[in-house]
Amino acid sequence: MTDAIISLKGITKSFGAFKAVDNINLDIARGEFFSLLGPSGCGKTTLLRMIAGFEMPTCGEILIDGDSMQAVPPHLRPTNMVFQSYAIFPHLSVGQNVAYGLRKDRLARSELDRRVAESLAMVKLTGFESRKSDELSGGQRQRVALARALIKRPKVLLLDEPLGALDRKLREEMQLELRSLQRSVGITFVFVTHDQEEALTMSDRVAVMGSGRAIQVASPRDLYERPSSMEVAGFIGKMNFLMARLIGSDDDRILVKADGLGQVAANGDKAQLNGAEVVVAVRPEKLVLHTSEPASGSRIACHMHNSAYLGDRSHYFVQVDGLKSPLAVSTQNADAIAASELADGADLWLSWSDDALLVLPADEPEN
Amino acid sequence: MSGIGREKNRPLAIYAVFYLAFLYLPVLFLPVFSVNDSIYISFPLKGFTWQWYESMIGNEPMLNSLMNSIRVALATATISTLLGIFAAKAVTRYTLPGARPVIATIMLPLVVPEIILGTALLIVIMQAGGTLSLLTVTLGHILLCVPFSMAVLMSRFEGFDRSMEEASADLGENAWWTFWRVTLPMAMPGITSSFLLCFTISFDEFIMAFFLGSTDPTLPVFMWNQLRFPQRLPGVLALGSCILLASFFVIALAEYLRRRSSFNSDPGAITID
Repeated sequence: MTDAIISLKGITKSFGAFKAVDNINLDIARGEFFSLLGPSGCGKTTLLRMIAGFEMPTCGEILIDGDSMQAVPPHLRPTNMVFQSYAIFPHLSVGQNVAYGLRKDRLARSELDRRVAESLAMVKLTGFESRKSDELSGGQRQRVALARALIKRPKVLLLDEPLGALDRKLREEMQLELRSLQRSVGITFVFVTHDQEEALTMSDRVAVMGSGRAIQVASPRDLYERPSSMEVAGFIGKMNFLMARLIGSDDDRILVKADGLGQVAANGDKAQLNGAEVVVAVRPEKLVLHTSEPASGSRIACHMHNSAYLGDRSHYFVQVDGLKSPLAVSTQNADAIAASELADGADLWLSWSDDALLVLPADEPEN
Repeated sequence: MSGIGREKNRPLAIYAVFYLAFLYLPVLFLPVFSVNDSIYISFPLKGFTWQWYESMIGNEPMLNSLMNSIRVALATATISTLLGIFAAKAVTRYTLPGARPVIATIMLPLVVPEIILGTALLIVIMQAGGTLSLLTVTLGHILLCVPFSMAVLMSRFEGFDRSMEEASADLGENAWWTFWRVTLPMAMPGITSSFLLCFTISFDEFIMAFFLGSTDPTLPVFMWNQLRFPQRLPGVLALGSCILLASFFVIALAEYLRRRSSFNSDPGAITID
């Protein structure tokens, strides 16, 4: 990447025999909203703490804006962090908390007050200077932590699951707010989360992490549309997986014989496939249900296994001959077929568009 | 209202009254007899007098021993609390090789009988050719007080979120400033109680002061010496009453400071109100 603010080069962190972070190489672009996404214990927080300087990599090198952070302690790094617990100093007022990092700048009182007010205004807490930290709600504490970090005008803002403690409605509000805040200040955000929806909503790019490795680094759209492995495909949204055998390929399509579907053409990265055994993946919303056989296109007969009504959508599980487990189909209820025609056991047809299917390398059968 | 918890438990109430009386009534005899116009500590009371208090003012040796005790207690409380802060921070913040044996060693004076410690220290000081003085008493008291200070401060340090100190580092402060601006103010209630606890322990400690002291006694040793002379006993009672009153005010002050949520100052010298 030409303009990387953070470069991670072969970063590994071992705790004894356990590798919390395992050889991560990635660049984060200047001004990017970058998320580290993964289940708990995948090493995402450890990686963030290494960027902040609270943990030292066992091997590898971190560059921030071209400078090696090898021997740079946390207090000298051009990064600031919003902690998961927010870490608001309880013995200081909101204003003193926000001003905490400016001691060394030796600002005049009026300039200091102005900077604090400006920073609080940015997070919509104007006039909160003299509040005590125990008079704040969870959402307000989070904003104070944000203002306190941003007032330092860091090159990179690190956020460690900052929305985890908020209730759902507030969390969704803050997602949008954080996103627009990041746009307006133009600072690179590195955001750690285990919530895939959150990562997709907010980020320019996402690194999906698992057991200490970055499995895939891509834009939210690419992660969802073109996951590189079953692990990513299964972690981001819902996905049907069908066992298949590679038959051949032309320029941009791969021909496979998939269980239940027979011979089909699918998208995929040929270079990734190492063997005849592959998997065909298809998103539930890319399968379309019909009450009678469609005139054209890829289609197959099936019958209804069971269904779940979710308000705006419905989830159906349909049984296709030759498949052990039913396929998941998701339909917007606005264009739904009448419920009576979708009773359990009803005979139906399933169709899909040409680029709905994706070929992925088969994982070792773990689950 | 017939909440179960509100039912009166008469035997328990009687027990509580007796318990409190047993604890505090003897203490009340102190001021009562200190204004009794007789050198004998016995009922019935004779007349009312301030003469024991008046005699205190001119009692040079007594005032001297009081000053000795205050000096020893202040020094002990200050040094023990400082040592306690460093030790507690070390064992709660860093992973030290052999931390557990180190803690156990520091805590040992809690379980070793004072008389053993006193004798042992006396032998060591004698062998080393040292002279007994208030300094040796203070050293002995520090040995006794550090475990208490450490116990109070360790629970305080363990009680607060580690990310507070990380946040300070993240905001650009080195270890020294982080200690002054975050760790110390947040530990302040613990530091205050450690200081008061150590002061109290040292102020009324007898065995160490007796073994390691010279002819310049601390107050408890002085009072013990006075008990051999019956005519001086009322003077001791008067002094005891004064100390009682003083400790009441100290405790009230400490409690007031604690409730005022004492710490609201940031040595980083930035104030916004």
